[in-house]
Amino acid sequence: MSLDNANPIVYQRSGARQISAADEDDTVIDEIDDREVYDLIRSINDPEHPLTLEELNVVEHANVHVDNKKNQVAISFTPTIPHCSMATLIGLSIRVKLLRSLPARFKVDVQISPGTHASEEAVNKQLADKERVAAALENSHLLKVVNECLSNHEN
Amino acid sequence: MPRLEEVTTLEGHIEPVWCVSWSPFGSLLATCSGDKTIRIWGKEGEKWICKTVLTDGHTRTVRYVTWSPCGQYLASASFDATVVIWSRKEGEFESIATLEGHENEVKAVTWSSSGSLIATCSRDKSVWIWEVTEDEEFECASVMTSHSQDVKHVIWHPYKEILASCSYDDTIKLYKEDNDDWTCFQTLASHDSTVWKICFDQSGSRLASCSDDKTVKIWQEYLPGNEEGIVTHGSDSVWKCVCTLSGYHERAVYDINWNHVTGHLVTACGDDSIRVFGEDADSNKNEPKFSLMTMINHAHSQDVNSVSWNPKIPNLLASCSDDNLVKLWRYVE
Repeated sequence: MSLDNANPIVYQRSGARQISAADEDDTVIDEIDDREVYDLIRSINDPEHPLTLEELNVVEHANVHVDNKKNQVAISFTPTIPHCSMATLIGLSIRVKLLRSLPARFKVDVQISPGTHASEEAVNKQLADKERVAAALENSHLLKVVNECLSNHEN
Repeated sequence: MPRLEEVTTLEGHIEPVWCVSWSPFGSLLATCSGDKTIRIWGKEGEKWICKTVLTDGHTRTVRYVTWSPCGQYLASASFDATVVIWSRKEGEFESIATLEGHENEVKAVTWSSSGSLIATCSRDKSVWIWEVTEDEEFECASVMTSHSQDVKHVIWHPYKEILASCSYDDTIKLYKEDNDDWTCFQTLASHDSTVWKICFDQSGSRLASCSDDKTVKIWQEYLPGNEEGIVTHGSDSVWKCVCTLSGYHERAVYDINWNHVTGHLVTACGDDSIRVFGEDADSNKNEPKFSLMTMINHAHSQDVNSVSWNPKIPNLLASCSDDNLVKLWRYVE
């Protein structure tokens, strides 16, 4: 199979999060914030390349918005090219990662960064349809591909 | 002020619960889930308990369950592309038929008021009509491919042989039998995104729909020769959107149910809340007005997937959620 984007630009990975004294203090209630959610998704593997979504600039810290009080997480991701056929799979991997990691109270919205994909509206609609997402995750082949994107063989 | 009081919480499903369905006489509640099972709940003394678990019908999520008008049969629709018909004539539920033919996930199944027709719909974009023969056989009578996307729901008119369906293609379609075949005679377009559910009022002359666009719409039927002067074609009536309830729901509205006794509408929303709407006293059919009577914020801890009024106890409501729970509520005026 030919690659959608054979020579993607590779970006720098961000460093580990600075651990403050308050982070180690168990008496402080830590609210889930943008950086914490970004940390959950930045090491997701690209379906085509041996690179992470962060290294391909598909996900960025600035495109993660968490409202801990309203239980909302909104993420936009940027496909490497406007006709990327993997866009739905990447979005699904982000959804599944957060579904498994975040408390169930969170509503997660995953969308393509506006103007960065030819089928942006169709992909967004599919990712927002929880019934179709649930059906997709019962497909063992697809689930295997998603799990490969989520497997952590780098760190 | 009207309010909803929680009656009880029914625990048992171990995955999200997709649908709640009352038996026609209101004594049993069927629920289905991502755990591939169907549970039948009923009252024992003052307590609601799980009477039966049907485990061997489906190999994937059971998306929808519904009873035949006589209450003797239950139909379940599954992501495994089949519909199973269960009979409870001998007291226990026994599967008597599996309806196969859809290419992928079946999203809903519904019985006509006479009990002689069944309709099913699927992600394969089609709506199927099945005839029920006297010896409990089910034969496909028609396959309709009017929708351009995933069909989310089908529902029969409360007494006519008119079928309605709604879809991921944002539209609602109406079908009737015409010269031994079934045809779509009207497409209702107004929603801006997926139409998740539709339901008729008691008279069958109004339809309510709910959508991913966070709105609820009310559609009015206009018969040929109507006094409002709405243009119709041949013997078909025309349906028009006469009311849009917007600004109430914060996320997708997954279900809507019209109380055939009180006229109240209840909605299930992705913002975890249940809302009850009532029609205003000075409302007229061409421009009806509905007000929010009450709502329960965080009725469940996750998305509410389905809500249903009990057909015999009009203030009793059932709901279910992604939080794996089923709840019963009492609507108090």
